[in-house]
Amino acid sequence: MTTDNSGDVRLSGISKTYDNGFTAVHPLDLTVPQGSFFALLGASGCGKTTTLRMIAGLEEPSTGTVHLGDQDVTLLPPYKRPVNTVFQSYALFPHLDIFENVAFGLRRRGIKSVKKQVEEMLELVQLGEQARKKPHQLSGGQQQRVAVARALINHPKVLLLDEPLGALDLKLRRQMQLELKRIQTEVGITFVHVTHDQEEAMTMADTVAVMNAGRVEQLGAPSDLYENPRTTFVANFLGTSNLIEAEVGTGNGDDLVLKAGGGKLILPRARCSAPATAGGKVLVGIRPEKIALTHADDAGTIPEGRNRLTGRIADASFIGVSTQYVIDSPVCDELAVYVQNVERDGRLVPGAEVVLHWSPAHTFGLDATQDIDAGVETVEEEAA
Amino acid sequence: MPFVTWLKRHLVVIAGLFTLAYLLLPNIVVTVFSFNKPKGRFNYQWQQFSTDAWKDPCGVADMCGSLSLSLQIAFWATVGATLLGTMIAFALVRYRFRARSAVNSLIFLPMAMPEVVMAASLLTLFLNMGARLGFWTILIAHIMFCLSFVVVAVKARVMSMDPRLEEAARDLYAGPVQTFLRVTLPIAAPGIAAGALLSFALSFDDFIITNFNAGSTVTFPMFVWGSAQRGTPVQINVIGTAMFLVAVLFVLVSMLITNRRNSQKA
Repeated sequence: MTTDNSGDVRLSGISKTYDNGFTAVHPLDLTVPQGSFFALLGASGCGKTTTLRMIAGLEEPSTGTVHLGDQDVTLLPPYKRPVNTVFQSYALFPHLDIFENVAFGLRRRGIKSVKKQVEEMLELVQLGEQARKKPHQLSGGQQQRVAVARALINHPKVLLLDEPLGALDLKLRRQMQLELKRIQTEVGITFVHVTHDQEEAMTMADTVAVMNAGRVEQLGAPSDLYENPRTTFVANFLGTSNLIEAEVGTGNGDDLVLKAGGGKLILPRARCSAPATAGGKVLVGIRPEKIALTHADDAGTIPEGRNRLTGRIADASFIGVSTQYVIDSPVCDELAVYVQNVERDGRLVPGAEVVLHWSPAHTFGLDATQDIDAGVETVEEEAA
Repeated sequence: MPFVTWLKRHLVVIAGLFTLAYLLLPNIVVTVFSFNKPKGRFNYQWQQFSTDAWKDPCGVADMCGSLSLSLQIAFWATVGATLLGTMIAFALVRYRFRARSAVNSLIFLPMAMPEVVMAASLLTLFLNMGARLGFWTILIAHIMFCLSFVVVAVKARVMSMDPRLEEAARDLYAGPVQTFLRVTLPIAAPGIAAGALLSFALSFDDFIITNFNAGSTVTFPMFVWGSAQRGTPVQINVIGTAMFLVAVLFVLVSMLITNRRNSQKA
């Protein structure tokens, strides 16, 4: 399987512009290696589903090509592509029972004895008992598994999943995420998964491509995307980020020294995606859980070499494992800080003067010309 | 007051039964009078029980000929209207074309127009075209007025159909023809069947339009109307009862099939 590349998906310069002039996907290059679990992540309308549909053949690209392995499939209709899709609404055939739904692909390819294969596949998704029921008689989670079985039974080179868990409740969704991941490891097929749920993308996928407005903003392993986002959209869309505007001072070696308000902040040059010329502006980013809080009275105990800011606690909410603080600082309003509830300092209440400090290695730098709030509203909208 | 409480509890059922009786009473009368042995030519007063008419349903001159003609016209009108109407419905739902919304509302016009107006204008049209009135003009007229009903019935069904189902079929190796035969058609079938049944019923008992455009041809409704001037043979009731029984049979069979399917699943 390691030398086989027939399950590679290669998109070259692919784009989609509709007749009304709306460009859903801007020219895009993307390679998904054989056997990987790849997620396209973005808010609704970012072009992720259109990209998926172009791989399936349900949408014709305006420019560019789609390759599966070495085969150019750009002009092939969907029923001639070795690719199957799990649709968002499952799209189970209402007039056929579960058995016939799963057997549909095999029968269309002229395979006569389907009984054994279908039964095995139904066992794999634990629906052997339900074979003679109609789709509407099953629960959402069961329907979802039928949709997966109906696609997988054809042994596609690539399985496309279009928000397959969107209609399930939270608990079932977590369970199905693990289930899908297990099936993927078991069958070793390339999975391309479209989702707007960043947690889902990060838990399941080896590689995540974050899409925004028809473009891929950043592509990488979930931890890379989270720890070192390269755009404000990625920083805000994946989790929460504190972004502070700062001026580039003198750089020394591997580190940049930045001025924010009165203080200075250190940023490793390698973690800055913006061109850093002395006197220019950058956005300094830091994740809320990387920041430690110390009461202003104890400021002397903070080790040297850490980035620090002063501020006043505006709000504190206790949520069990951690406490989330909102802190107003002279350089930036409403900084978010998450502190694990290991040893709680009773003085850290709203109104208290505090020092925020963190390791420079956790700092990242972004181009200051971007919209500092990109990706923020979208997350709230999806959560609602 | 136990009676009042009883009445309150069963009011819905009682009202339902009364409505049902109101709907079915005419049919019962027709059935009962099909066993009558009238004195004279009119079958309007109960005389005595007899099965004479049932033993000889075609005993009245020309009646069975007109019945057979009506059945033929109804059959072909159903076939024509269902085929055309289904295609129109698909076109209206699935495709965007100029004048689509205009066509959408024009389709309703024949249903709203008074039948007698349509009948007269059709006759004018046929006469101006020099067409010979008869079987073909009746058939053309029937297909025309059945069409709207088929379009409405099928359109409702196609509109509620998830387009992803067809995409799923294409994704699962079904070509365009297979997709249509295996997925689109079976899902649209109830709408098409409803349209076809409606067409058959409408065509079979249409009188006004047929009467205008039939020339010397006589369909069953025209025969009944004509004979009602001179006397009503009991055989008319026999045919009416038979039609009613066939319809009831249809409903029962389809109910049985659904019941059996449901019990199999459970």
